[in-house]
Amino acid sequence: MATNAEKDPVTGQYTTGHEWDGIKELNTPLPRWWMGVFYATIIWAIGYWVLYPSWPTLNGYWAGTLGWHSRSQVVQDIEQAKSAKAVYLAKIQEASLEDIVKDKDLLNFALAGGRSVFNENCAACHGVGGVGAYGFPSLADDQWLWGGTLDDVRTTITYGIRNSNPNSRQSEMPQWGGGDPLSDEELNNLAEYVLSLSKSSSDQAAAQKGLPIFAERCSPCHGEAGEGSQAVGAPALAAGIWLYKGKNQKAEIISQVKNPKGGVMPSWTDRGLDEATIKTLAVYVHSLGGGK
Amino acid sequence: MTQATTALGAKEATPYVDDVIQKFVIAATFWGIVGFLVGDYIAWQMAFPVLNLDLEWFSFGRLRPVHTSAVIFAFGGNVLFATSFFVVQRTSRASLFGGAAFGNFIFWGYQLFIVLAASGYVLGITQGKEYAEPEWYTDLWLTVVWVSYLVAFVGTLYKRKEPHIYVANWFFLAMIITIAMLHLGNNLAVPTAIFGGTWWRSYEVYAGVQDALTQWWYGHNAVGFFLTAGFLGIMYYFVPKRAERPVYSYRLSIVHFWALIFLYIWAGPHHLHYTALPDWAQTLGMTFSVMLWMPSWGGMINGLMTLSGAWDKLRTDPVIRFLVTSVAFYGMATFEGPMMSIKAVNSLSHYTDWGIGHVHSGALGWVAFVSFGALYYLVPVLWKRKQLYSMRLVSYHFWVATIGIVLYITSMWISGIMQGLMWRAYDSMGFLQYSFVESVAAMHPYYIIRATGGVLFLTGGLIMAYNFYRTIRGDVRTEAPYEAPATVIARS
Repeated sequence: MATNAEKDPVTGQYTTGHEWDGIKELNTPLPRWWMGVFYATIIWAIGYWVLYPSWPTLNGYWAGTLGWHSRSQVVQDIEQAKSAKAVYLAKIQEASLEDIVKDKDLLNFALAGGRSVFNENCAACHGVGGVGAYGFPSLADDQWLWGGTLDDVRTTITYGIRNSNPNSRQSEMPQWGGGDPLSDEELNNLAEYVLSLSKSSSDQAAAQKGLPIFAERCSPCHGEAGEGSQAVGAPALAAGIWLYKGKNQKAEIISQVKNPKGGVMPSWTDRGLDEATIKTLAVYVHSLGGGK
Repeated sequence: MTQATTALGAKEATPYVDDVIQKFVIAATFWGIVGFLVGDYIAWQMAFPVLNLDLEWFSFGRLRPVHTSAVIFAFGGNVLFATSFFVVQRTSRASLFGGAAFGNFIFWGYQLFIVLAASGYVLGITQGKEYAEPEWYTDLWLTVVWVSYLVAFVGTLYKRKEPHIYVANWFFLAMIITIAMLHLGNNLAVPTAIFGGTWWRSYEVYAGVQDALTQWWYGHNAVGFFLTAGFLGIMYYFVPKRAERPVYSYRLSIVHFWALIFLYIWAGPHHLHYTALPDWAQTLGMTFSVMLWMPSWGGMINGLMTLSGAWDKLRTDPVIRFLVTSVAFYGMATFEGPMMSIKAVNSLSHYTDWGIGHVHSGALGWVAFVSFGALYYLVPVLWKRKQLYSMRLVSYHFWVATIGIVLYITSMWISGIMQGLMWRAYDSMGFLQYSFVESVAAMHPYYIIRATGGVLFLTGGLIMAYNFYRTIRGDVRTEAPYEAPATVIARS
């Protein structure tokens, strides 16, 4: 011990005898509990190294005595999760959609599974619960662009809309309804007529003038009374539910007539969902509000 | 200024280079407020995304590195320069190697680095490596400045008139050397111009998981050496100095110093659990992190136990409160860290807000608080004032900032654990219970609480800046002084 070490009256420890800018240091021994815990963590680490993959070697690494590997662990976990669902999924695979809905156990499973798959794959566009968004139809009402029966919904999910799958649902709204360009006044009259179908027109005179244009250019797909056609995915304009909903609905209608938009939905069989999973999805979507 | 300092200074009359330290103190205060402000702004963006104003320069992705670099490198860095130059001169009884001119080069060179880095982020120039975002030309400039720092620091130690090197300087030196090594290792890049691209961008020499591992070797040791070793250096000078007590244990300081710097350098892979990183590397990262627990706590013990015989000062000296609380947060964060590095815990905590909460209990509670304590000590000494403008304001700063931290870390614990549990929740039939977006929606209230905590922390920083401004002007606030401990004892 340095010669100028002095005893600290508070702790009873001696200083080391050094001093820097007035700072001294006590020569207190290492706390025993601190040493004990430090050694314990080292021993634990050594034990862990023996059991699990740890130190690299010249041509590989120590694999550990347990033979544990994170990738085989993942494969095992996925297999386990699959086998837990296997019994029900096999039944769903065999059953028709109608039978699934009638069987209480199968229905419960399909709804739970469908909801999970929906949230993972569909909610990004259609919203959680299928509430829809601008350009993405609501699945929670009873208006269906391509049909709302269990089978229709399954077909739409399986092949999608306006994509490259050969079975995809296809249709395209022609610009101006397939005729010559319309004048601004004609567009206004037509839009007022379309609004009048859902009793939301504020200009009856203009709407009357729009009727013949609608009858000629729009009714072949959207129907005489705007009831729509699920065969070609033409929305029911009389329902007052707008796929392209805006604050100024008339402007939205005019825009659609001038430059028609058509949404694209992927084919989920192409995206890798299997048949049973798509069935659960169809049952879930069908249950959201307005399944036919 | 304590009597001891005056006596020693008078005896030796070493001309310390202090005006450059004054500059570092002002820069630290300024950048601290910038960093807290930007951090809180993006915290509000998390709750209300509309605050990004739909402008690329205000988007979260660009402002986030401005926040992290401003608080770590601009605030923390300037604090480290100020304190290390102050401490190394006084504990060596030698003036700064290279003198004021060299010191000023380091000061202005470092500020240039900060401005180059931050303006690049806002304009979208980034390497995309966390905490190592600056592009190659900024990195090269920092290398010049950092090597100058090393030369100035080691040169001063070399000139020392004390027989031994004080413990604080071991930590500062370990920080300077290791940061140099990390910076060079992680930023090996080639400008894209050589391959027909632009001079503003670069390709990293590593690819894939090797790049990831190098990045987190760097990233974790930026925490371990910049934010831990460097700030332990601050603690080892300012705690005993302010408490006027000897350091608790010289032996502990040796053992925990060497254990800390040996073990820390291995811990990086715990940032890459359950990724493409080979299992053996994950194991080493986890086990070394757990072994790091006690070496970290060695610093906490030495900090807290130095207060033996001086605990009463907590009542009368708010500056000591900052220093002691910082050491307590250090102990808490260095327990939480090893715990979170354990794979079973990490599988819940990783990618969640828990990580953000953990970082901030260390960054706000430990790094910022020990910095505040040191800055409050330094300002009157450097500007030769008898006292701070107001001790009451120091106390307000302490309480406002402490409440801010508590709001911050508790909200992030709750939202982080909630997030982790929601992501792994399965229903009885084996299906995931929640979609990702549902977990985002659930975090909204916690984001608001966190950002409110940030407002408090920023407010504390502004109180401190005001206190410094008035102290430097030479004002003294008319206020009730803190009672001397003797009075308290006499009364009881």
